[in-house]
Amino acid sequence: MANTVNAEELHAERPRAKPSGSRTAAWRQALSVLVIPVLALISALILSAFFILASDVSVLSAYAAFFSNPVHALALSWTVIADSYRALFVGALGDPGQIVAAIQLYITTGQTQPLILAFYPFTESLVTSTPYIFAGLAVAVGFKCNLFNIGAEGQIFIGAIVAAFVGYSFTGLPWIVHMPLTFIAGAAGGAIWGGIPGWLKAKTGAHEVINTMMMNYVAFRLADYLLNGPMKRGGPTGFIPISRDIEPSAYFPQFFPAPIRLHMGFIVALLVAAAVYWFLWKTTLGFEIRTVGANARAAQYAGVSVTRNYIVAMALSGALAAMAGAGEVMGVNHNLANAFSPGYGFDSIALALLGGSHPVGVVLAALLFGTLRNGATKMQSLAGIPIDIISVVQAFVIMFVAAPAIIRWIYRLRSEGGVQVVFTRGWGG
Amino acid sequence: MAVMSRIGEKVAPLSRQRALGIFYAVVGFLILILFSRDVQAGDLATLGLNTPRSIEWVKLPDLVLPVLPTVWVLGLITIGLGSYQALRGFQKTGWLLGVVSLAFLSTFLVWAARAGSFSLIGILSASLQLATPILLGALSGVLCERAGVVNIAIEGMMLGAAFTSVLVANVTGDIMLGLAAALATGALLAAWHAVMAIEFKMDQIISGTVINIFATGLTNFLNQRVMQVYQNLNNEMTFPYISQVFPDLAKIPIVGPLLFDQTPIVWLALILLVVIQVALFRTRWGLRTRAVGEHPRAADTLGINVFRVRYTNVILGGMVAGLGGAYFTLGSVGRFDKQMTNGRGFIALAAMIFGNWTPVGSFASSLIFGFTDALQVKLQILIGKVNIPSEFLLMLPYIVTMVVLAGVVGRVMMPAADGQPYKKQ
Repeated sequence: MANTVNAEELHAERPRAKPSGSRTAAWRQALSVLVIPVLALISALILSAFFILASDVSVLSAYAAFFSNPVHALALSWTVIADSYRALFVGALGDPGQIVAAIQLYITTGQTQPLILAFYPFTESLVTSTPYIFAGLAVAVGFKCNLFNIGAEGQIFIGAIVAAFVGYSFTGLPWIVHMPLTFIAGAAGGAIWGGIPGWLKAKTGAHEVINTMMMNYVAFRLADYLLNGPMKRGGPTGFIPISRDIEPSAYFPQFFPAPIRLHMGFIVALLVAAAVYWFLWKTTLGFEIRTVGANARAAQYAGVSVTRNYIVAMALSGALAAMAGAGEVMGVNHNLANAFSPGYGFDSIALALLGGSHPVGVVLAALLFGTLRNGATKMQSLAGIPIDIISVVQAFVIMFVAAPAIIRWIYRLRSEGGVQVVFTRGWGG
Repeated sequence: MAVMSRIGEKVAPLSRQRALGIFYAVVGFLILILFSRDVQAGDLATLGLNTPRSIEWVKLPDLVLPVLPTVWVLGLITIGLGSYQALRGFQKTGWLLGVVSLAFLSTFLVWAARAGSFSLIGILSASLQLATPILLGALSGVLCERAGVVNIAIEGMMLGAAFTSVLVANVTGDIMLGLAAALATGALLAAWHAVMAIEFKMDQIISGTVINIFATGLTNFLNQRVMQVYQNLNNEMTFPYISQVFPDLAKIPIVGPLLFDQTPIVWLALILLVVIQVALFRTRWGLRTRAVGEHPRAADTLGINVFRVRYTNVILGGMVAGLGGAYFTLGSVGRFDKQMTNGRGFIALAAMIFGNWTPVGSFASSLIFGFTDALQVKLQILIGKVNIPSEFLLMLPYIVTMVVLAGVVGRVMMPAADGQPYKKQ
């Protein structure tokens, strides 16, 4: 495998005392970092528009008669696309007009209900982003140690199972005890679940890609079993495979009146992202993990225990993914159902790649994914565009971000000549 | 990989052998404990070797086994082998794994069929059938990765091919054109993967992920927007089974139901297996492919066009994955269904790694997964008798895979340049 020690990468994020006057330069650099993702998103939306058009029969028939009435075909295309993307935008961030009107109404009359409704789509995007932040961080930590954790989905399930169990079986605990206990228990379950492939990799060299995938299936079967047996609401004779509701003392409280579901999990996710950044870049263990990820041989010659770091990185990764599941149970669903995750764990691989395996990047990418997924729900109901077009958009976004050369070529941008960030190295050895 | 194997030498081989022996002994005890439950003394299990068709020529006697003695004999053999392995150690352990898994599976089948009958030939035939897409996916992986391009996009290629095969077969009314469309889709997605990975030197895991997300999203999207609206585009179209064309072949005992009560795609897969195995290790093309996968720079110095070899192999691999996709539709249910590949592409990846990047090894591991799938289907019939929660039985193959990977296979030998973009100097 690639054994180049990328020293710049290891030290790049260390804050250095900068000469005065470089503040504007730093801002300019930060902006230029954003150019590629923004252009990538725009290009992805444009490309995806072609798929929306090509699957619309009225548009196709308009193009069949293109030479007799070209204006009609073009105008119809524009209407279809504009309607779809307007619905996407409104669904994701809210209707600007409605928001302005609601604020005016609140100022003049003090009514809060329209305000709540106007901001509902935006807060819902944050709700959807929450599990993405956790799961994206999980995959990113794996990448930092050159481990490819594709078992995030299974770890999410384990986190949700444990959190649900702790959430409903302990009664009478005060919130300040029960809530953290539930969350930490879920994370611990994930740490064990993720730690096993790490341990196997460290001790026997068994490939973590296979083992995390196998653990996924084991977790799904376990959830099947529990939801149809021991954890089933109303006992084995119950009707639906869903667990009992957890105690309110284990809830992540929701901040605003219904229907806004934004809950404490979002804040926890941001704090955890900050903690992961601190851990990876400010602690010795984090440095060791990144060193092992950059070059296992060099790390070993330098006296770093490769085996221990594999185990720690995978356990941490599993714990982070499990937090996504626990957070969904504690903040949104308040019970465990088999279909609670629409594939957060699998999306998170793409998300970690998009975020450059960096906590800040992961949070931004998670916000983007959450916003897109939430907006697409609205697009489906308003414009009849199936929600899955969002996956097509995501695919293009990742492609453009991972190969900026394509974007530079399309938009005739000059090359920055920056260091290419190494995300993964093939099978990770 | 050199790095990794050096680190791995810390693990003494003896202790691994010993641990494996203990594990096998535990499996033996499990056989005794699990499969002697709910068995009456004198229960007989009947394992059927006939199908309605194969009976027409020769009716083979069914295998009738007394349940308890079988469980005891196989359990004790397993414990004995495990203990010997733990105490003394066999020289080679590959066959041991085979014997132990066979013992476990046979006792399970006998136990499941206690005081009743169970079609052995049926489950074997279903195993081969269900192993086919996994085998094709794994072969696709072998083709790409032997040339140094990681292909985690097998799932996406199969899914895309499954979709277009149905669409084209229905629009044109010609199933062969459907098959061609499947191959073309696989090739097209693979070419996209190749351009991203080879031309733009994008991280190959990422570019594979792009294809997977794209194919999943687009097929879901088009399925909902097109196929569910115009349902006559998703009519059932399947290849006839070989036995439907040559009815006599299916009358051959055992071989007939096993090999000829199958869709022709099973045969295509087996032929491809042999062709790729031979080509990879016995032909000039195979040598070049492996050279490019192991040491592209050296291959380049010898005048091999690294880029061309990689493009060719990835696109060929895409076509093989496309054939795997066609299995799901034209070779099986005939209609497209949302996310119908259901992770088989990833299982194929595991089968390929498990099979140590060789076609034959991939085939062996595909059969294990195929057997699991078949069991999953057949267990529905046995439900009630198998009072171990079926979920746990279904977990077993995955757990066994992990144990075996840790114990026997350990560090696999991947092509040295797998996943590395090649930059000409």
